[in-house]
Amino acid sequence: MSAQKIASQGWRAAVPASKRKEAKIGTRKIENMLLLGITLIAAAVWIFPLYWAFVTSIRDESHVVSSEAGLLPDMLNLSAYGDALFNSNLLTWYINSIGTSVIITVLVLMSGMMCAYALSQMRFPGRRALYAVVLASFMIPSQALVVTQFVLMNDMGLVNSWAGIILPQLIVPVVIIVYKQFFDAVPKEMREAVLLDGGGEYTLLFKIYLPLNWGITSALAIITFIMAWNQFFWPFLVITSENMMTIPVGITQVRDTFGVNYARVMAVALLGAAPVAIAYLIFQKKVTEAVMISSGVKG
Amino acid sequence: MITNRRKHIMVAITLIAPFVFIFALVFLYPTLRMIELSFTNAALIGSGEWVGLDNYRRLLSDSLFYTSLKNNGYFVLLTVVPTTVIALAIALAVNRLAGRLQALVLAIFFLPYILPVSVVTQIWAWMLDFQFGILQPLLERMTGRPVAVFKHPAWVMPTIAAITIWWTNGFNVLLFIAGLRNISPELYEAAALDGASRRQLFMKITWPLLWPVTALVLTLQLILQLKIFDQVYLLSGGGPFNSSYVLLMMVYREAFQLNHGGYASAVALVLFVLIMVVSVLQFQLLRIGGRK
Repeated sequence: MSAQKIASQGWRAAVPASKRKEAKIGTRKIENMLLLGITLIAAAVWIFPLYWAFVTSIRDESHVVSSEAGLLPDMLNLSAYGDALFNSNLLTWYINSIGTSVIITVLVLMSGMMCAYALSQMRFPGRRALYAVVLASFMIPSQALVVTQFVLMNDMGLVNSWAGIILPQLIVPVVIIVYKQFFDAVPKEMREAVLLDGGGEYTLLFKIYLPLNWGITSALAIITFIMAWNQFFWPFLVITSENMMTIPVGITQVRDTFGVNYARVMAVALLGAAPVAIAYLIFQKKVTEAVMISSGVKG
Repeated sequence: MITNRRKHIMVAITLIAPFVFIFALVFLYPTLRMIELSFTNAALIGSGEWVGLDNYRRLLSDSLFYTSLKNNGYFVLLTVVPTTVIALAIALAVNRLAGRLQALVLAIFFLPYILPVSVVTQIWAWMLDFQFGILQPLLERMTGRPVAVFKHPAWVMPTIAAITIWWTNGFNVLLFIAGLRNISPELYEAAALDGASRRQLFMKITWPLLWPVTALVLTLQLILQLKIFDQVYLLSGGGPFNSSYVLLMMVYREAFQLNHGGYASAVALVLFVLIMVVSVLQFQLLRIGGRK
């Protein structure tokens, strides 16, 4: 402690040290409780829209709009869910969303992993240029390309098809960058040992580099899947027929002839969100890890 | 040895081929085509005639373009700094918690981020419904009467901004938490031994060491919010009186509703260049920041 500090704290010498410490701990405790309270209230406010959507979805429509309806769940009427599942195209949209998102995830990871392996472990002409392209494509706003991407899909006859939804979503440069970082970190000795044994690059990639990086592969797979599932703008443009729509586009189509049915709209919204929400709650740690790693905050 | 080298290169080319091919097909070609189309009067489908800089001249005298540009700027102002501040506050609060409670609270703040945009807009359209919305009594207390927020020029952008913050904030919270975890606890212990107050701990340790993450969040948000379309389209459709009309909305409407492929390409190219410039500046900024 500096001399100045001791001088400035001189007045405190009048109070016994133990008492001082107790008082300080006392105020800290109150402060901590207060902060905890504020945090929990903020969390409650944050989750409220989802809670309210759920409460609405399990009510009768007549009760939803009545003035007596309170904040607490007072009914358990699942008819809005049944209605949503069986009187709309929701199941078809599920299939479209699951199908396209799974294919996008597999293709993005495969192409990304292969490209990253070549960039990280191999020497070939144009390697630096390719890496520059990968880094630069980070910055390309795909939303600004939709006009000509649509023209292209139309030329290839892919409007209103899974391939049309999938193709423009296959460029996810961050997957390459993350894989490259992880491949760079694999010890060189392993590589040399395999090469001495007569193994080739494919053996190395699929038997050594990939198994060593299952953790990051599963993390990347989960966020790629969630991103693909949530994509709205592009599927909205490339799909016009209702039975080819994905969940995020389809659920905006659920309307009733006689005014809006709020219970049903909320049931549809929650059913649309359920797969990714459940995936997140199960793989919470993986999702957190993937977000942190892919944004480069934690390597 | 030469055949070995050749084989090595062939394998490398096979490995990079899928990415390079898709990149050329869905990114490079559409970019070049967009530049070309912007100099023509083409409809969305089919080719047009070369009209030189006509589309750009028209753009510069199109008042809707300036309205969109202004609204994009307004939306950036309404979201970027507020979401960063809110995310930092939440991250600091969550970071104080431990164990299961921390996991639970973090999950609550992150959950909206993984929802599809249309789910978010439908929930909020219901929350703010003019007749039956649960938030209308609150608005009534503030303004004296219920407000049709998505049909009111002064309310529409701030409301969409608030919903966007609710939706995307979880991502920023995670980045801040990662940043906070990277700060060594020993620094706080040492400072606490020296009798530093909470305020001092934040100003002298947390804030400076967290600055790289803050800069990252700010710039990521800036780029993200320039590209806004989905929420606006779903909640207000750009209205009322174009008060929430944004650049991407203009691209969408010109191309897909008015069938002006050439003009839409010109608008898209402006947006493209705008975002690329901001991204390059961001990249440089972060690199300089990283070097310090």
